[in-house]
Amino acid sequence: MQPLRQETGIVTPLDRANVDTDAIIPKQFLKRIERSGFGQFLFYDWRFDSKGNPDPSFVLNQKKYEGSSILLARENFGCGSSREHAPWSLLDYGFRVIIAPSFADIFYNNCFKNGMLPIRLTSEQVDQLFQKAYRDQPYQLTVDLVEKSVYDQEGLKFFFEIDEYRRTCLLEGLDDIAITLQSEEKIAKYEEKLPDYYAIAAK
Amino acid sequence: MKPKTLFEKIWDRHVIDQPEGKPAILYIDLHLVHEVTSPQAFEGLRLAGRKVRRPDLTIATMDHNVPTTNRSLPITDPISKKQMETLAKNCKDFGIRFFDLDSPQQGIVHVIGPELGLTLPGKTIVCGDSHTSTHGAFGALAFGIGTSEVEHVLATQCLQQAKPKTMEVHFKGRLPKGVTAKDAILALIAKIGTAGATGYVIEYTGEAIEHMSMEERMTICNMSIEAGARAGMIAPDETTFQYLKNRPFAPKGEEFERAVREWKELRTDEGATYDHRVEIDASQIAPQVTWGTSPGMGTDITKSVPDPASFATETERKSAELALEYMGLVPGTPMTEIKIDRVFIGSCTNSRIEDLRAAAKVVEGYQVAPHVKAMVVPGSQQVKKQAEQEGLADIFIAAGFEWRESGCSMCLAMNPDVLQPGERCASTSNRNFEGRQGRGGRTHLVSPEMAAAAAIKGHFTDIREWKYLGKERETHATT
Ligand code: SF4
Repeated sequence: MQPLRQETGIVTPLDRANVDTDAIIPKQFLKRIERSGFGQFLFYDWRFDSKGNPDPSFVLNQKKYEGSSILLARENFGCGSSREHAPWSLLDYGFRVIIAPSFADIFYNNCFKNGMLPIRLTSEQVDQLFQKAYRDQPYQLTVDLVEKSVYDQEGLKFFFEIDEYRRTCLLEGLDDIAITLQSEEKIAKYEEKLPDYYAIAAK
Repeated sequence: MKPKTLFEKIWDRHVIDQPEGKPAILYIDLHLVHEVTSPQAFEGLRLAGRKVRRPDLTIATMDHNVPTTNRSLPITDPISKKQMETLAKNCKDFGIRFFDLDSPQQGIVHVIGPELGLTLPGKTIVCGDSHTSTHGAFGALAFGIGTSEVEHVLATQCLQQAKPKTMEVHFKGRLPKGVTAKDAILALIAKIGTAGATGYVIEYTGEAIEHMSMEERMTICNMSIEAGARAGMIAPDETTFQYLKNRPFAPKGEEFERAVREWKELRTDEGATYDHRVEIDASQIAPQVTWGTSPGMGTDITKSVPDPASFATETERKSAELALEYMGLVPGTPMTEIKIDRVFIGSCTNSRIEDLRAAAKVVEGYQVAPHVKAMVVPGSQQVKKQAEQEGLADIFIAAGFEWRESGCSMCLAMNPDVLQPGERCASTSNRNFEGRQGRGGRTHLVSPEMAAAAAIKGHFTDIREWKYLGKERETHATT
């Protein structure tokens, strides 16, 4: 996993609440068995019309947000299906940070496993960022995971909260399977006492 | 000893390590695997040179992608085919028990787990699928995970988990006649919202829950995720034990008796407290229909499509406007006047035998409205077989329904079962998101009875006023 310490980038405002993972990546693209290459399908039904042409009214198709790496969204972002194809497609498209007032659990968790940072700010703070991102010029924000802040060149600065362990894993790009395997002995010991009636054999 | 909730009992028993300043390491008793969320996990294992730690506690099947038409025909979509073949190969390479497409046990992963007796009280159960919450109906701690976590469980049989908070949802009183478990859970979500339980594990309690069959409890727990919950659970009782007795993988004889004695301890102690509590009067719930593009956008069948202006916050107003635009609905339209084009009876929420019995009872003696295309997709091959033996399939076919092979089908429309743009569907599934059942498709979530009645009438109708033409049948008797 690629570590993330600081990210400076253009902010794309996606002004919708309850954006679900079906919208982030529609099911027809879940048939692939690879982990990469999903960016082209991100928000497919919103980005492209039924003939596959880009819809100019959708934010991702607007020139000023080109090359953006920070997505700004509303409440309950990433709800619905557990598909990790959602963070894969966001990451592959170029987003490394998502800012919203709240996230759905599984999606939030999936982000960290892929080196992406979901940041919770208050609704008022998110509103302020939307105002700025809507201006004519691309709006740049810096996210600093070391000091847990987001700031711009105009003096705006917000601090955010994040679980310390998740923060360390992201800062260092740690492999959490390896971390769990450090408890190998305890796992093996626990397994000696598993109830026999949980064993799966046709009975 | 400090009184504990059901959740805390199972949690505490499964935490094998709690390293300082890190999440708990939780042992997983059962890992269910399907074709869509697993290929990258197996690939990850291969790349890291890791094995599956407990292939014996891992079970795989195919459900999301599978065609529901004749199984003897070749699969036409080459990418789907590749994904299914990949699962078969992974199971073979890593020694995992696999219910293949032609297996009599094949079905939606959340239908076959309970049906085969793999889902048992007190277990921790995970699957790369958000509706894993279904299994909580048995007093298990069951939740959906992403593909990285699938890989984690394959490699370690454990997960790193922060301890969730607990919420009690108490359904006091009994559900009125014609009102189902599906209506109860839709009413809850309409009340607390799709993020109302984010960060919580819900325990459902109360008279209405105690009187439900296992299949009804599964419908309730299934949709916990639609309220944002990590998991939903119900304390095991006699109903649970009766259901499990003689299931293929459940313990047998003396071992079963011993297990039941231990499972009886799995209930929230007197005096234990939850972090949050919600109470709902079950006797006041009416049949539900959703009008929007999120499961929380639902209302009583007796009401009308709401006016976006009536919502409290700007975000809600805007969401409602977008939803009505997508759904092609005008505020003030009575729910009973919404005409439909398609009916889908299926999905892990409502495709078990009792659901099909209930729908068949409504349908018997009637014909599907001429402009409606309706289909029934049983949750598993076993459900299908049983429904055929009981004569339910004949009732559906005689009424003009299509009778299909088991799978997820039009719940997420990954296979050829897809809504066309603008088509309106009464669906017994769990998600009405934009495009979920097909790009531009419009989904209304309802109970199996309400879906069946809508198929006949061609529009939504209050099932409480239904005139039944068929003979009396026992709906809830188990096999
Ligand atoms: S039936 Fe629908 S909700 Fe259930 S597992 Fe399949 S796709 Fe998911």
